[in-house]
Amino acid sequence: MSRELTYIAAIAEAVNDEMTRDETVLYFGQNIATTENDPFLAAFGSDRVRVTPISETAEIGIGVGAAMAGYRPVVELYMAEFMLVAMDQVVNEAPRMHTMSGGRVKVPLVLKAGYGFTAGWAGQHTGSIYGMFLGVPGLKVVLPATPADAKGLLTTAIRDDNPVLYLQHYLLTLETGDVPEGEYAVPFGVAAVSRPGSDVTIVATGWTVHRALAAAARLADEGISAEVIDPRTVNPLDRDTILSSVAKTGRLVLVDQATRHSSVAAVIASEVSEYGFEYLRAPIKHVTALDTTIAYSQPMEAYVVPDEDKIVGAVRQVLALEVAT
Amino acid sequence: MFTQMLRIREFEERVKRTFTEHPGVIRGHTHLADGVEASIVGSLAAIRAGDQLMATYRCHGYPLALGTDPNAMMAEIYGRTTGLCGGYGGSMHLADPDRGFVGTSGIVGQSIPQATGVAYAAQIRGDGQVVLCFFGDGASKQGAFHESLNIASLWRLPIVYILENNNYNAVTRTEQEDANAAAGEPLSTKATAYSMPGVTVDGCDPLAVHDAVATAVARARAGEGPTLVESKVYRFSAHGNIIAPPGVPLHFPEHEAIEVFGAVEEYEAAKRGDPIPRFRGVLVTEGVLTSAEADELAASAADEMAAAVRFGLESPLPAPEAALAFAEA
Repeated sequence: MSRELTYIAAIAEAVNDEMTRDETVLYFGQNIATTENDPFLAAFGSDRVRVTPISETAEIGIGVGAAMAGYRPVVELYMAEFMLVAMDQVVNEAPRMHTMSGGRVKVPLVLKAGYGFTAGWAGQHTGSIYGMFLGVPGLKVVLPATPADAKGLLTTAIRDDNPVLYLQHYLLTLETGDVPEGEYAVPFGVAAVSRPGSDVTIVATGWTVHRALAAAARLADEGISAEVIDPRTVNPLDRDTILSSVAKTGRLVLVDQATRHSSVAAVIASEVSEYGFEYLRAPIKHVTALDTTIAYSQPMEAYVVPDEDKIVGAVRQVLALEVAT
Repeated sequence: MFTQMLRIREFEERVKRTFTEHPGVIRGHTHLADGVEASIVGSLAAIRAGDQLMATYRCHGYPLALGTDPNAMMAEIYGRTTGLCGGYGGSMHLADPDRGFVGTSGIVGQSIPQATGVAYAAQIRGDGQVVLCFFGDGASKQGAFHESLNIASLWRLPIVYILENNNYNAVTRTEQEDANAAAGEPLSTKATAYSMPGVTVDGCDPLAVHDAVATAVARARAGEGPTLVESKVYRFSAHGNIIAPPGVPLHFPEHEAIEVFGAVEEYEAAKRGDPIPRFRGVLVTEGVLTSAEADELAASAADEMAAAVRFGLESPLPAPEAALAFAEA
C-alpha cells in the first residue's frame, strides 16, 4: 500500500521508522528537539534525540565516534554547506576508519543535509556541492528525487555500515508523490528509469530529474522520445543502467545542478566515454550550472542553473549531430 | 546615536513590510536587527574613521550606522543593479569596504577568523586601526570562535569581539546549547580561557555598550590585545523569514519565544524594554532632546527609508548574463 506524502514527510517517516525498528539509531543536530512537543523527542527520548549547538566539527565528530562505538547516528545538518565547516570529519575521518582499522571499525553514520536551494539564498546556501564528496572512497552519496526514494534511500542509508551523505533537495521539500507504507528500502547503486524513451538518454539527479521530465514531455510533442534516468545514488553509481540506455539511444545529455567540473555529470561522461564509446552517435552534452558563485538576484540565479529550455536545447543539439563513421 | 537607532529600526521595519506589501521582491533568507540597534550604534560610536568591522548575515544595521546609502542597501535586498553589491549578495552579504565594513559571512562563526585576519593586517600596517568583530551567541560554539580568540590573545591583535547575545540561535534557546548559559554564567566567561578581558553589558543601553566597547577599543589600540564583549540584546523579529521553496509566499513568523516556546511574557517584557523608547526617554528627561525634536528625527528617518523602498522598487533587475561578471577577480 502507498499513499501520497510530501518529500519532507517521507524523510521524517524513514527516520521515525528506523528509530522504532532499531534502538541504536540516534538523531541529533541543530534546531531539532528544542521543545517537549518535538515528535522525535517525544517518541524516543533525550538519550537518542538531541539538539546540538552550531558546532559542526563536534556534531559530526561525535557522530563518527558514536558510530564507532556501536550506534547509528543520523546527524541533522540542515544545509550541505554547513558540512564544509567540518570537512576533516566528513572526508578524512569517517570514511577512512574502516580501511585504516583493517575492517575492525565501522562508521554507520548518516549525514543528512539539504542542498541546491536556488531560491534567492545567494552564494553560500545554494550549492550542489556533492561533487567534492564523489571522489572520497568509503563515503556514499545519495540524492533522492522523489518522496518514495527519499524514504527508501534514507532507510537504506541508516542501515548501511558506511558513512552516507544523504542530500535532500530543498526545492523538492513540498513536492508530493506516492510513498509505500511500512518498511521500504531502496537499494544503493540502482538507477531509476524515470521515463522510458528511445532517441536520447537524459541523466539527471535531484530537482533536475523533474526539469528533465518536463523537457522530455515537451520533446515528446515534437516526436522525440527521451529516456530519463535518475541514478538516485551517485556513489555508488549505477553505470550499467546508463550504459544500457546509451546503447539503445546513442545519445546522452547530462543534467546537473552542480558546476560543470564538480558535477556528477563529469563523472558519468568519463564512465560512458570509456565504457560506452562505441554506442555514442553524437558527442555527450552537459547541461550543468555555470562556473560561478550563484548570485542573489533572480535573473542572474536563473541564468546559471539548468532549466527545461536548456535541456530541450541540448537534446536538439545532440540529435542534430552525428559522429562521422 | 539616537538618530542612527531610529534609522536602523525604520529600515528593518520597511524590509519586513516589503514581504507583505511587495510579495516576491525579497527572496531567500533575510535576518533583521530590530531590537539590536542600541548595541550596534553604541559599538560603532566607539570607533573612528579608518577602523574596520565584520559581521554576520544579520548585517543591515552596521553599514547604515557607518553612512552607507540606504537606497543602495534596500536595492541590494531587492536584488537590483543599483544595489550596494549589484544584486549579487542580497540581504545576507552586504559589504562596504570603503567605509570599513569589510564583509559578512552567511555561515555561522566563519567571519570571526576573517575579522581576526583583518586585525592581523592592521597590526602589520601599524596605523593604529582597530577591528570590531560582531557575531551572535550561536557562533560562540564554533571552533572558529575559539581558535580565533586564542590566536588574537596570543598575538595581541587589535580586535574587539562583540558577542550579541539575543538568547536564541535560530530556534534554540541559549541555555539549551551553551555550557555557560546552562550553568547560569555569562557568555563572556569564555574570555577567561583565552586570557583576555570578558565583559557583559546591557546591549539595550547604547551608552553602556559604548563605554564597554570604547574601553576595549582603547586597549586594542594601545597594543594590549583583544577583549570579548557580550552585549545582551533581544531581537524583536524571528530569526528570519520562513524557509520555503519557490511558490510559497515568504513572511516573517512570530518570534521563536512565542512561535516555538509559548513564552509570550518573555517577549512582551523584551518589547517593554525596547531600546529606542528607552533611550528617547533618557534623552528627553536629561534635556538633550525635546519630544518634538525626537518626533522630527523619527519622521525624518521614516521619510528617508520610504524613499529607499521607492528607489529599490524603481531600480532595474540585473541582466541575466551579468551572473558571470565576478566569477573571479
